[in-house]
Amino acid sequence: MTTVAKRLANPRNLDEYREAVRARRGAIARTVRVCIGTGCAAKGSRRIYELFQEAAAESAADVEIVNKCVGCHGFCERGPIVVIEPGDIFYQRVEEPDVAEIFRETVLGGRVVERLLYTDPATGAVANTEADIPFYQAQQRIVLAANGLIDPRSIDDYLAIGGYAALAKVLTTMQPEEIIAQVEKAGLRGRGGGGFLAARKWRSCRQAHGSPKYVICNGDEGDPGAFMDRSIMEGNPHSVLEGMIIGAFAIGSDQGYIYVRNEYPLAVEHLKIAIGQAREMGLLGEQILGTPFSFDIKITRGGGAFVCGESTALMASLEGRAGEPRAKYVHTVEHGLWDKPTNLNNVETWANVPAIINRGGDWFAGIGTARSKGTKVFSLVGNVVNTGLVEVPMGITLRRIVEEIGGGVQGGKAFKAVQTGGPSGGCIPAEHLDTRVDFDELTALGSMMGSGGMIVMDENTCMVNVAKYFLGFLKDESCGKCTPCREGISQMLYILDRITHGDGETGDLDRLAVLADLLEGTSLCALGKTSANPVLSTIRYFRQEYQEHILNHRCPAEVCKGLFLYDIDAEACKGCGICKKNCPVDAISGERRQAHEIDQAVCTKCGTCLEKCPFSAILKV
Amino acid sequence: MADSDQLIEDIVTRYDGDVGMLIPMMQDVQAECGYLPPEQLRRLAQRLQVPLTRLYGVATFYSSFRLAPKGQHEVTLCMGTVCHLKGAAAIMAAIREEFRVEPGGTTADRLFSLQGVNCVGACALAPVMIVDGKYYDGVNRDSALDLLRNLPAGETAESEVAS
Repeated sequence: MTTVAKRLANPRNLDEYREAVRARRGAIARTVRVCIGTGCAAKGSRRIYELFQEAAAESAADVEIVNKCVGCHGFCERGPIVVIEPGDIFYQRVEEPDVAEIFRETVLGGRVVERLLYTDPATGAVANTEADIPFYQAQQRIVLAANGLIDPRSIDDYLAIGGYAALAKVLTTMQPEEIIAQVEKAGLRGRGGGGFLAARKWRSCRQAHGSPKYVICNGDEGDPGAFMDRSIMEGNPHSVLEGMIIGAFAIGSDQGYIYVRNEYPLAVEHLKIAIGQAREMGLLGEQILGTPFSFDIKITRGGGAFVCGESTALMASLEGRAGEPRAKYVHTVEHGLWDKPTNLNNVETWANVPAIINRGGDWFAGIGTARSKGTKVFSLVGNVVNTGLVEVPMGITLRRIVEEIGGGVQGGKAFKAVQTGGPSGGCIPAEHLDTRVDFDELTALGSMMGSGGMIVMDENTCMVNVAKYFLGFLKDESCGKCTPCREGISQMLYILDRITHGDGETGDLDRLAVLADLLEGTSLCALGKTSANPVLSTIRYFRQEYQEHILNHRCPAEVCKGLFLYDIDAEACKGCGICKKNCPVDAISGERRQAHEIDQAVCTKCGTCLEKCPFSAILKV
Repeated sequence: MADSDQLIEDIVTRYDGDVGMLIPMMQDVQAECGYLPPEQLRRLAQRLQVPLTRLYGVATFYSSFRLAPKGQHEVTLCMGTVCHLKGAAAIMAAIREEFRVEPGGTTADRLFSLQGVNCVGACALAPVMIVDGKYYDGVNRDSALDLLRNLPAGETAESEVAS
């Protein structure tokens, strides 16, 4: 894990060091890679790593065995994940008792433990390696390429796969303008949500008057249901640093900040280690690789405020103030942090930069659609079979992501919608599943690319309730500085709350539209401007469902309490009497061991019977 | 008293007295004390030469700061979109009802502090509850309540006596 402190005096030293690391690595006979991403770690993968360490220590085998902790593989649904080299044998759902067997059979014996391999539920095909699994086959990994392969706490691992070569290249062979030209050619657009062209931002900041100039990495990933940036920071922190250092060189900045969300302690830890290592080796700090260019990076942990994902609010937070945004007509590239020219990009944007420099802007621009280039990382979650982190080329259809990679909807239920863009985005229904992943096409549908949350919703999801959830979220997170956002969201939420309680009125949808228009036109920042999207997109595609709530006081998805009835399935009911005993209004009657009945005239639809029934005999109708 | 003087001095030095690092400094105070004691905030404001109101402004703006001591255990329930779809709201309601505690608050017996957060980014595990840093995946109303009912009581959290 630890690196020998060795300051690299020039780019040639870097190449020599890299070759030495590779030579050492080549001699290693066996490697066990245990995923310690948050998903796997939550299922006990750290303990599994320790057990492999113990097994290796006790083993008398005369081959060198290296156990390493690696970042998220993306297939979180199947964690904990362990991969054995040689052979790249991919074991999933590994539990503590499995370690001894894996060690004996695979690590020492070179044999595969069949029962721990992934079996495709659709075809029954058994997959030995990641490449054989459908979840990975439609993906194209640039940003996540090294996740799951390298130990995020080892700079040697990053160097061995060609890390910091892009930095050496720009420092020795490229002028700042050439770097920006490559990024421009690549067509790289900001991955944080807005999709602004990175090169244009960099150039404006480079040309802006004033010094010092700052670069910022926005790691305040606040969208619920999104964990792409977290996995990049946790799994490959050096790629973020390298991107930032290259950007700083292009822009002419000597100080950078990484603003990490408070809920991500492991990301902070890994970034801190990475920064320390990069400094030690002369890849960060004074006179990087012996050139006149100096640049350093500080980490700041966020305080837990969603609005700080907005660039001006984030800068206010970095200045040690409450994270309130300011009007956008003052551009941050000219007057940003401490009123100095500042360039802010998202984690994933920065992490794309080294690959663009190494392989050229044309290569990157060859992937994707006319106006959305490269790949995008999504966290594919919700009612989908294969939950996890996926990286796909722009232009892939939503259908392929949900059905091919995601394996379709969980439990054989019908697909209802996919939500993208977090609280600023919208819900896309089944009839638009063939839409391509593209900044502009998603916006045209009333949603947005956002930072990459992709939440699959099945037929049991009430879209009015979903809209209410997001508005509730935004109401809590609105900073309160501007009136439209502070008051407007509350009013919209009030109306939605009424609708979901069966008290909707005709005209409510028009009222929501008026408020939405007001919020979009008059809010100070993107949080308020886009806050109506979840409501507008659900009204646009699921108007009938709203009407059912308002006119007929019914929730077709049977989610909104009070807007559907409870009934007892006479076949399933064992007549145990538990529901009868617990019903607060004595609406249930029936003899012991006989099917019970609910008196709908008395029932208050509280749902207690459903919760208490041990035989799942209570139905929603 | 001398100890708490020293604490603030250490923390301020750690960040070279940079007022821009106010939030990390306050996070460090909280990490040491378990919450933000008024005494420490006053000292920090004096040391940095900024108005105390600004510290309180920051403390009340960001959800990670707490102005009251926490309970013996820290319980976090994820309220992110996926957890919401899979029933987190009902779990939260059940906890509130049984333990008479509001999100952001602490139970009367100081057994645990409850927090609802907008996504911990572990959506594959939804619904997720975190107890003292340990993640519990796929919890439901009953398993969450059971977990909390069985929290060991007794030892006093060290952080409470720091000031």
